[in-house]
Amino acid sequence: MRITLPTWFHKLASPPHFYRFARLLGPWLLWVSLLLMLIGAWGGLFLAPPDYQQGDGFRIIYVHVPSAYLSTMIYAVMATAAAIGLIWRIKLAHAVAAAAAPVGAWFTFLALVTGALWGKPMWGTYWEWDPRLTSELILLFLYFGYMSLRSAFDDQSRADRASAVLALVGVVNLPIIHYSVIWWSSIHQGPTISKLDAPSITTDMLWPLLVMILAYTLFFAAVLLQRVRAEVLDRERHARWVQELLAGPEGEVR
Amino acid sequence: MTEFLAMGGYAQYVWPTYGLTLIVVVINVVAARRRLRSVREALALKAARERRRRSQA
Repeated sequence: MRITLPTWFHKLASPPHFYRFARLLGPWLLWVSLLLMLIGAWGGLFLAPPDYQQGDGFRIIYVHVPSAYLSTMIYAVMATAAAIGLIWRIKLAHAVAAAAAPVGAWFTFLALVTGALWGKPMWGTYWEWDPRLTSELILLFLYFGYMSLRSAFDDQSRADRASAVLALVGVVNLPIIHYSVIWWSSIHQGPTISKLDAPSITTDMLWPLLVMILAYTLFFAAVLLQRVRAEVLDRERHARWVQELLAGPEGEVR
Repeated sequence: MTEFLAMGGYAQYVWPTYGLTLIVVVINVVAARRRLRSVREALALKAARERRRRSQA
């Protein structure tokens, strides 16, 4: 079986097109995401009522849940890009995977630390070798492993292929993180908003969380675009379009 | 205001999480910018060297 990709995909995947697209879209995404973060924080800290069990301590949810979600979402993006790079040999896809990894590691770290700070008052401990917590820590190590494997190769295309295989193997950790609170008895609470028929949270508590999740997602997109621009320029430094940018009046790439 | 800052007794847990989130956001913006700038500068430097070499030849 042979699967082909649509034409627009190939066009966007061409480095000069993507570079211009990212330069145009990136700053807008960043400002929109920062504005949404402020709105979400305002809603979460001022407008949402205190939780009936956790009081004001529950407000950590507005920074913890979005970062935990992003930590796994970024891994999925990274692994998908790595797979596209391996299968269709699209260089831009490898650049996307490489650019996503450090951002993913930062948000995994943030999810772990905000979780620890939430765990202390509610569970009485910063850390427990609990299935959810442990699998999230493994996610952090997967990002570290991915990044150090990349830097271990001098040859770009070998680094791309080897790290892509590691990224794909690590995908098994994603369902483990997601279902850990259901499969095993965990001190971590179960899902709150994904039970769409009956979310166990009121609207005035829910909307700031949804705004924050959107804000974090757009923030990741903005940072990713900027990082992919750097990756693409570095990888394509001998390509004609980069040389043409360099030969411009400023002698500089914009 | 004091009551708001006290976070119902959870201030020592709530505020560090928001502070750390801000720090991670800033770090990610700055790191991505720096990386792009360093690649650009390296390219510009190389281009300038090439131009000089060509003008000397």
